[in-house]
Amino acid sequence: MPLLRALTAPAALLAVGLLLAGCAPATPAASPAATDDAIEGTVTVFAAASLNESFAVIKEAFEDANPGVTVVYNFGGSSGLAEQIVQGAPADVFAAASPATMTTVADAELADAPTEFATNTLEIAVPVGNPGNVTGLADFANDDLAIALCAVEVPCGAAADKALTAAGITAAPDTLEQDVKAVLTKVELGEADAGLVYVTDVAAAGDAVEGVEFAEAADAVTAYPIATLTEAPNPDAAAAFVAWVLSGAGQAVLAEAGFGSI
Amino acid sequence: MGRSRRRSQISPILWVPAGLALALLVLPLVALVVRAPWGQLVELLSRQSVAQALGLSLGTAALSTVLCLLLGVPLAVVLAKSVNWPPAARRLLRALVTVPLVLPPVVGGVALLLLLGRRGLLGQWFDFTIPFTTVAVVIAQVFVAMPFLVLAVEGALRGSDSRFEIAAATLGASRWTVFRRVTLPLVAPGVSAGALLCFTRALGEFGATITFAGSFPGVTQTLPIATYLELQRDPDAAIALSLVLMIVSVGVLVSLRDRWVPGLSS
Repeated sequence: MPLLRALTAPAALLAVGLLLAGCAPATPAASPAATDDAIEGTVTVFAAASLNESFAVIKEAFEDANPGVTVVYNFGGSSGLAEQIVQGAPADVFAAASPATMTTVADAELADAPTEFATNTLEIAVPVGNPGNVTGLADFANDDLAIALCAVEVPCGAAADKALTAAGITAAPDTLEQDVKAVLTKVELGEADAGLVYVTDVAAAGDAVEGVEFAEAADAVTAYPIATLTEAPNPDAAAAFVAWVLSGAGQAVLAEAGFGSI
Repeated sequence: MGRSRRRSQISPILWVPAGLALALLVLPLVALVVRAPWGQLVELLSRQSVAQALGLSLGTAALSTVLCLLLGVPLAVVLAKSVNWPPAARRLLRALVTVPLVLPPVVGGVALLLLLGRRGLLGQWFDFTIPFTTVAVVIAQVFVAMPFLVLAVEGALRGSDSRFEIAAATLGASRWTVFRRVTLPLVAPGVSAGALLCFTRALGEFGATITFAGSFPGVTQTLPIATYLELQRDPDAAIALSLVLMIVSVGVLVSLRDRWVPGLSS
């Protein structure tokens, strides 16, 4: 199933991308930089780990639409990426998993007009077969289950904290992981009976985990901001990339991966 | 006089790379010290969470070192005495012992999960769980630190004079007595140096621990893990924590080296 998805999604988007590229000259986006002069070179994008799968699809379509451009990604925890950018990492675009981490970069006057481009919602991930019989957020208070959460220092942990607080549940976690993919790994390997991750992570994991939706997730919807960086080595390509993500084609990729629209 | 003569034998050509090497090793730490939030240091370090992480780190690293000594010294003896084995077998054993040194610690953590986790090769038969416990922290540290001890002790054993052991044996000492009364004292400096390396490596261990043991305050969240998480939220606090780890490590290295390993200092 994940293989099928991996094969069909890029193909479908390639088609969308080509279609749009055929209709409008250059890129599908209404980006002034991209309409006349062909953009070229490398565009370096620092992106939240949860964007890994969908941005891989966007890279293919964007590079097809702009033959002279190569997209290079640096995926990681948003907080760490923000810190790298503030310390002078040569990035063109920053796509963060929380407004707070984008603020870190914006406060250093390095981000140019951040725009929210997607939202993400929490979901419970359980190992295949759900050995702990987890049915909802209330099970996170069960001391007998092995529970994995993100540490509150990272965006997924802050979102988990918000959802648990809103539900009035005192969680009994066994581990507070450094990023959302680490939580997912613990669940995939069956070490944790349940973990709180994003809807998109459950989708990306395919058959490796099962998802359990819960009502309180609506209280902790995370917005993802994206921005070109003021010290971008390739500002034209950066603007074109951001425009592509915000375009109908980009939004369709993100929706396919489970992201919500703004 | 002999000392100054020896010093003058260092070729000037060596000074440049030696200086560069020292700069690469020391300057990042200097930057850490310069950037440290000295004003808030006392407040940051008096937090209970810091004391908890430091205590856990020191305790687990000490326990790991003891385990490394109990298991690693005999392994080093086997390695050192394996000269009569087929060369291929000897090389394989040596490579296996060295692997954790070159393996990224995160990979080591995954491997430990696959062996000892709830669904691991061995772990599935246990009626207790190891991941997310302090025991897992110690196992991860032993895994990454043991090679340092084994290789240091093995080197010392190979360099030691085996005629003393032979003499003791001909005088009627049992093999265990020879090992305890002759071999071990001969290689004591190597054992101490290895134990010290082992302890400091265990103290700084991050990747295998967070992968295998997870991270929970007071149980598995050691100082390096607390530092990494703090870096996500409050870089100043992370720098303060790094400083603690650095001071503890340097303190241990400087004070114990002289006390335990007189043969190696200066």
